[in-house]
Amino acid sequence: MSIMNAVQRQYKRTIKYRVLFLMLLPATAVLIFNNYIPMAGVIVAFKTYTFDGGIYGSPWAGFNNFKFLFQTEEAWIATRNTVLYNGAFIIINTFAAIVLAIALNELRNRRLAKFYQSSLLFPYFLSFVAVSYLAYAFLGGGTGFINKSILEPLGLSPISWYSEPAHWIYILPIVNLWKGVGYTMIVYLASIVAIDPEYYEAALIDGASKRQQIMKITIPLMMPVIIIMIILQIGRIFNADFGLFYQVPLNSGPLYPTTNVIDTFVYRSFLLNGNVGMSAAAGFYQAMVGLVIVYLTNYTVRKISKENALF
Amino acid sequence: MINRISWSSNLLLNLLFVIATLACLFPVLIVVSVSLTDENAIIRSGYRIIPEQFSWYAYEFLFKDYAKIVRGYTVSIVVTLLGTFISLLLTSLFAYPISRRDMPFRNPISFFVFFTMLFNGGLVPWYLTYSAAGLKNTLAALIIPLLIVPFNIIIMRIFFTNTIPDSLVESAKIDGAGEFRIYARIILPLSLPVMATIGLFQTLNYWNDWFNSMVFISNNDLVSLQYLMYKVINQIQYLTSGMVDANIAGQELAKIPTETVRMAMAIVGIGPIVFVYPFVQKYFVKGLTIGAVKG
Repeated sequence: MSIMNAVQRQYKRTIKYRVLFLMLLPATAVLIFNNYIPMAGVIVAFKTYTFDGGIYGSPWAGFNNFKFLFQTEEAWIATRNTVLYNGAFIIINTFAAIVLAIALNELRNRRLAKFYQSSLLFPYFLSFVAVSYLAYAFLGGGTGFINKSILEPLGLSPISWYSEPAHWIYILPIVNLWKGVGYTMIVYLASIVAIDPEYYEAALIDGASKRQQIMKITIPLMMPVIIIMIILQIGRIFNADFGLFYQVPLNSGPLYPTTNVIDTFVYRSFLLNGNVGMSAAAGFYQAMVGLVIVYLTNYTVRKISKENALF
Repeated sequence: MINRISWSSNLLLNLLFVIATLACLFPVLIVVSVSLTDENAIIRSGYRIIPEQFSWYAYEFLFKDYAKIVRGYTVSIVVTLLGTFISLLLTSLFAYPISRRDMPFRNPISFFVFFTMLFNGGLVPWYLTYSAAGLKNTLAALIIPLLIVPFNIIIMRIFFTNTIPDSLVESAKIDGAGEFRIYARIILPLSLPVMATIGLFQTLNYWNDWFNSMVFISNNDLVSLQYLMYKVINQIQYLTSGMVDANIAGQELAKIPTETVRMAMAIVGIGPIVFVYPFVQKYFVKGLTIGAVKG
């Protein structure tokens, strides 16, 4: 009788979890189709792709696609641009967001502070296509705001922004800061608001100045969140924001030396030039290096302070 | 005890934020103004924050070909509504079981999701997979890629774990409720805040997406609003392509107000976001804060 009960219980248990497993199915199917099948498809980077053969039927090519890829100067320029821009973005945005978050928290008028916060977050809600229009309003050739309303009254000659690559090493970080700083600021603000007020009360009794409170309490207690945010960004240092680098420069050819990043390089050589093998090789190279970087940053963090590591 | 910054520092910080706020809002204001200005006034004296010579012409011109814009809105709205709804359903269905402490294999299952954040096959195999499945030029190609955002699953799982007590599920089971019934009748109604937040994230994701259109859509009937905006800024001719008939020809074509029409297109595209932003931003901030503190 007790065996019967045990079997019955086990059966009920299975039934119970079967429903929960069933609930996992739809999202699992999407992940398999959208993520895992393409992951297996990375082998196309080692093949000479033919339309009839597809991913699995095309002949093997060994490392030819990679040889071809690294012989192009573009691949190196794109890699350099990706890492340098992302590095600059991490430093600039982190610094600006921390300063703004601390400042916003100190404002006396809370209502105004909310208004500033909303305004700074607003650009985050726009798509990069929309941002490309706003940038165009400033940078457009004849009547753009900078040329017509700033340079002309100053007696300076207009600049053709969309064909001179040198300016974009400043424009891109500015646009990126403009669009993203509100978001990061709010994340940091949340970490400041979460600080126990008793720390400040105690500091005040000890006669600490505002500056001392910020340097000795606020910033140290923000550190875990700052570190996590930076790790997440370093982990993605090999992945550029496609919209920023493709839409905002309006895919303008003369600007490639300073606007081409791995993602735009892959997109253009694949969908615009039809070079399947080389773009697949570039994508594989990006994914592998990216994975190694995530692993290394996490490993380093784990060494320094275990509780801040991601996995 | 008073622990505030001095009035002078307060003034200085306010000044900083006024400048930052202007920097964030000024570009949109100038675009609105340009779209409402006469093209000749723009060529003569450039962009002004208040139109020098007011004109609806850019909008009139844009809406001569209203079919494209209406279609763009239709595609965007359909994709956003369907996508957000399916996404919420799939995300919550996945997040609930792995939030349960008694769920077998919950760690490997979580890793199955988490791993997609660490590694991907890249654009080429991804594109070939969709194209082999016959999804080019379908609405599905605009919906499926954004359905599952691993970060959203993590946020939702954390919410379920933290706000739904085990005892609630236990007592429902004692009352004879099945697992699916518990999910639908107990978990979902208690999860409205997190559903609203993720719903908002996903609405924004779908509404602002142009990448999937750029990659998969060549059929003019499936051009979303963002993709239409992309086409317009890259070639103003696209707008006129369908109307080079008796209405507009030859010299008329040369008179197309390109600058103001571009900016009117921007406003037509950004408009809905500007309109809903004041109402939704506080829920967005709330969601961000959950993710930041807990994640």
